[in-house]
Amino acid sequence: MDKPQAWVPTDPRSRPSQSQVVAGLKGVDAGGPELVQLLTPEGERVPDERFDRYADVSLDELKSLYRDLVLVRRADREGNSLQRQGELGIWVPLLGQEAAQVGSGRALRPTDMCFPSYREHGVAWCRGVDPAELLGIFRGTDHGSWDFTGKRFHPYTIVIGNQCLNAAGYAMGQRFESKVGDPDTGEATICYFGDGATSQGDVHEGFVWAAAYDAPLVFFCQNNQWAISVPLNRQTRVPLYQRARGYGFPGVRVDGNDVLACLAVTRWALEECRTGNGPVLIEAFTYRMDAHTTSDDATRYRLAGEVELWKLKDPIERVRVHLARRHGVEPEFFDGVEAEANELGERLRAFCRAMAQPGPERMFSEVYADPSPQVEAERAEYLAYHASFVDGEG
Amino acid sequence: MATTLAKALNDGLRAAMERDPKVLVMGEDVGRLGGVFRITDGLQKDFGEQRVLDTPLSESGIIGAAVGLAVRGFRPVCEIQFDGFVFPGFDQIVSQLAKLRYRTQGAVPVPVVVRIPFGGGIGAVEHHSESPESLFAHVAGLKVVACSNPADAYWMIQQAILTDDPVIFFEPKRRYWEKGEVEADLDAAPPLHSARVVRAGSTLTVATYGPMVKTCLDAATAAAEDGHELEVVDLRSLSPLDLEPVAESVRRTGHLVVVSEAPSEASITAEVAARIQQECFFSLEAPVLRVTGFDTPYPPSRLEDDYLPDLDRVLDAVDRSLAW
Ligand SMILES: Cc1ncc(C[n+]2csc(CCOP(=O)(O)OP(=O)(O)O)c2C)c(N)n1
Repeated sequence: MDKPQAWVPTDPRSRPSQSQVVAGLKGVDAGGPELVQLLTPEGERVPDERFDRYADVSLDELKSLYRDLVLVRRADREGNSLQRQGELGIWVPLLGQEAAQVGSGRALRPTDMCFPSYREHGVAWCRGVDPAELLGIFRGTDHGSWDFTGKRFHPYTIVIGNQCLNAAGYAMGQRFESKVGDPDTGEATICYFGDGATSQGDVHEGFVWAAAYDAPLVFFCQNNQWAISVPLNRQTRVPLYQRARGYGFPGVRVDGNDVLACLAVTRWALEECRTGNGPVLIEAFTYRMDAHTTSDDATRYRLAGEVELWKLKDPIERVRVHLARRHGVEPEFFDGVEAEANELGERLRAFCRAMAQPGPERMFSEVYADPSPQVEAERAEYLAYHASFVDGEG
Repeated sequence: MATTLAKALNDGLRAAMERDPKVLVMGEDVGRLGGVFRITDGLQKDFGEQRVLDTPLSESGIIGAAVGLAVRGFRPVCEIQFDGFVFPGFDQIVSQLAKLRYRTQGAVPVPVVVRIPFGGGIGAVEHHSESPESLFAHVAGLKVVACSNPADAYWMIQQAILTDDPVIFFEPKRRYWEKGEVEADLDAAPPLHSARVVRAGSTLTVATYGPMVKTCLDAATAAAEDGHELEVVDLRSLSPLDLEPVAESVRRTGHLVVVSEAPSEASITAEVAARIQQECFFSLEAPVLRVTGFDTPYPPSRLEDDYLPDLDRVLDAVDRSLAW
């Protein structure tokens, strides 16, 4: 159990005092005794009776997890910079949440389905979506352009919580098609949402539906402690993973900054789903190191001390230390990954700047499967109007 | 064979489910009970619990899960128990159902049908008699239709299920028990998104849909006694609208009355009036008049006879138009 927090917001107008915030921090940064952790912030591997068998990774796999973390962070930082340079309208940073995303994303099989929210660039990476394919959303050229069905990575969902029900429906379909039951061939679905999302009706309804139909669905909540400026204790009185119990399925709190623990716990949860024991709720206890989006000013609502505290739990640093100290991995490996990250950054930047402006016909395309006379008439009229300018200029 | 509108819907659903194993029926009480209006009666017995789902009491869930099922390749037909209860699911309808295809540039179609019994006249309590169709017609990405008689109900529900777009399917609940002839040949049916002249006439055009079609036909019978031949057009499709039959008729009659029991402001009737005056300005001999419910919440049922347009209010508008 979490310690009771110092400040309980009973009156919406009340604000915590400085000391209350600091007291609250202790609750925020400690995951509690139930937290599953396999790799400490110091890079020590600690045993875990329940999840060790799901964390059986070779040195090569560990190194590739590290590579993913670094490349995902680099892609994220590039997105942030591109926004600052005016190339993107907005960026939603994942800084600090790399381990939660890469760990869970790497646990998925190609046949599994994934319903992201809007910050899941690291999961996208694990699904084989090139980070360049995410840029259109934030540059405003499209709403997502990757191969949704082939990659089994649903479009980003902006309306908080909607995707939990869409995922529940999809997972029901997997069960209806008898794709559940066998640990080797069974399918599962995973759906991502934040701590703030847990206050939405759709997330509650998603829990109810998934439970009612034994849907093979892993609810993966990235508790990054803040919903824009609103702290966790405005959303819940109990630790989020404990809510699962009320719906009749297991909930686990994992160290969201520990890629190995996230991988292991998600593998376990997916296996539960594949074999027919779903759904499962995972609460990845983590922290959003950057602002909510590039439009947000996080200094208005949180203290620098809090961020400093979480820096000590960096998801990448602990893997690096573990690889170097425990496995004697040479500096050349880390330099190689670094070089690769720089190349990725450059490629994304060049790609972004070269992205073409979509033509106005795009506005009218694929609104309906059967053409709508109204839309067709508007398309013809507008394109003719548009063409009249081009002719005038030429 | 003469059958009720309710039975025609049931037959249509059954035919669609037999045709395609991916068609699912889902909603509150649709299984064992057969729905509160018994539209899905017997379907669960014949198709099983996995194709006819008694869902949790959760409208956002019904729509949201249907979207996910459609992404998986199913064709869900959702029942919303009463018009006034669709709003918890409105978010999923507007935010996901209507937009997923567009968002993915056609890669992820969502062939979902949302059936909504709508309109008043059954003496029900609050939230059981609403006409929210204009709210849906305003949302791009949705198709909106309303049936008015057993034959249309039978064909239109099947056509809606065959459509690869999301269709909001309005059923006039107070006409569920009225009988009509149903010719069971789907290929001979008019296209889903077409209006239809249901009574020919030369004096004045009446455009309407759903439960008001019968009211307008009754008004036309009464007007005929006074020597006025009303042409009645059943719009059938509310989005997209098929206004050519209305325009064609107005070019002959020069008069148009648009009838619906929904409130008038920013509604289907407003849309029809605006577009017909734009199309037929020089043919009109009077302004387009509307007969609608009032711009108030639906009243307590003892007042619904005042609220709902009836034969007399339609005839009054006819007289005003002709007297212009
Ligand atoms: C239904 C809805 N309401 C409000 C918003 C605006 N909004 C976008 S993100 C956000 C906070 C979400 O917090 P959380 O669920 O914790 O996810 P995080 O962004 O922290 O990952 C809000 C309020 C929205 N997108 N959707």
